[in-house]
Amino acid sequence: MIAFVIYKFILCAIVFGVSLGVAAYSTLWERKFSAILQDRVGPDKAGPWGLLQPLADGGKMFFKEEIIPTVSNKFLFILGPSLFMLTALMTGAVIPWGADLVIGGKTYSAQITDINIGVLYLLGVVSVGVYGVMIGGWASNNKYALLGAIRASSQMISYEIAMGISVIALVVTAGGTLSLREIVQQQDAGFANIVYQPLGFLIFFICALAETNRAPFDLPECESELVGGYHTEYSSMKLGLFLFAEYINMFISSAIMAAFYFGGYNFPFAAEFYNAIGLEAGSIWITLIGFGAFFTKIVIFICVFMWIRWTLPRFRYDQLMDLGWRILIPLSLLNLAITVGVEYLRGNINF
Amino acid sequence: MLGYTITQWLFGILSFLAIMFGLLVVFSKNPVNSVLYLVLTFFCIAGHYLLMNAQFLAIVHIVVYAGAILVLFLFIIMLMNLNEDSEPQRTWLTKIIAAASGGLMLFVLIGSLKGAEKLTLTSYGAAQTGMVKNLGKVLFKDFLFPFEIISVLLLAAMVGVILIGKKETK
Repeated sequence: MIAFVIYKFILCAIVFGVSLGVAAYSTLWERKFSAILQDRVGPDKAGPWGLLQPLADGGKMFFKEEIIPTVSNKFLFILGPSLFMLTALMTGAVIPWGADLVIGGKTYSAQITDINIGVLYLLGVVSVGVYGVMIGGWASNNKYALLGAIRASSQMISYEIAMGISVIALVVTAGGTLSLREIVQQQDAGFANIVYQPLGFLIFFICALAETNRAPFDLPECESELVGGYHTEYSSMKLGLFLFAEYINMFISSAIMAAFYFGGYNFPFAAEFYNAIGLEAGSIWITLIGFGAFFTKIVIFICVFMWIRWTLPRFRYDQLMDLGWRILIPLSLLNLAITVGVEYLRGNINF
Repeated sequence: MLGYTITQWLFGILSFLAIMFGLLVVFSKNPVNSVLYLVLTFFCIAGHYLLMNAQFLAIVHIVVYAGAILVLFLFIIMLMNLNEDSEPQRTWLTKIIAAASGGLMLFVLIGSLKGAEKLTLTSYGAAQTGMVKNLGKVLFKDFLFPFEIISVLLLAAMVGVILIGKKETK
């Protein structure tokens, strides 16, 4: 019992640390990446190649003056960013980070918890994530913050629908399981789900961009119209939490896309590769190499997120709503209908 | 612990919290706080579903109620900017009528519970009741017709909303 608790605690600490670390270095990579795209140098003064820049930024955030507006609702003003950060970190719990590990005859899974409704848990946490932004924006008692919060939440609710329907199509392909672990394990031989669900992946990817409030969907914090959107009144580390949670969301949604559609910790000819170098199932090296493969996919997705941000201009608000309601939802329904039809003809569904 | 199992303890704590937050929904002065307390109440109820081994229902409860419906509530209330200065004060008559209709609602609820102990529950596979597969089979096979009727009801409500919300074209 004690050993189990310690093992889960260590796993939680690792996932927490990795999420924060990746988010911190995503901020640096974002600036470097935009510098490459715009033919600039980017931050290079703090440490070699600017590697200490995230630490410097974090330190700056901590030492800035903390302002809580006198007209704000103080409790909710503090609750907002905390809740946003909490929901951003909670999603990491159901993601299988690597293959099972056997130490001394005991099997340890590289996943914090394998609940049989993992996919729904993800959707649930995402839908509750709206509250952080809404509460923060409203409690600021500022019209720009309120408008930003309302934009953010209406955008998140609109895109959740198409996202949910594209996930249903994925679950149908995966044989009706809602456990992320089983979805990833099914892709260890044969093709990854992207081959069966190309349209579903495209819809999911667009919705993930919208859910993380990344450009071209960054209307909630559109500075040319709304000053800073829902975090206009925030300063110091509370602003830091909002900005940082966005990067964690980006990391986690990249991880989810890699697990759902690109086989997670599997890679092509993984079993043959492990055989060739003589690794047995349950070896720590298999877990580590698998995690490496998973992490590579995540980094590629993060780069695509940034590439899109520094390439595309921002949507107009009506275009955003049109895309969500008139294009993505009908497309995802079509995708679901085709998926169910094909699976029925293949004999995988019986009534 | 004190002769109760952990499940009973959890049930007690969750029930206490649910009722407490439920009362706070009614008694808090600020409507935004009311909605936030309602969110907490829904989380407690989701906890109850988990205790009854209905994971699917618990998570759907959170996604639908806490994640969608209450966000819309919050939306409306935030935009309306309700407070004592700007809102017209209710007369005594309205207050009495509101209290009476609330009391009648309570009466109906208690009345519907009266015969509840005579009902026998049909179990669909004991501990696996709340699992997605069993729930799907029950909804889409055994009770398909009532389920579809409910969806028609929702559709009617949706059409009504669109009709009311549509701009007059003339």
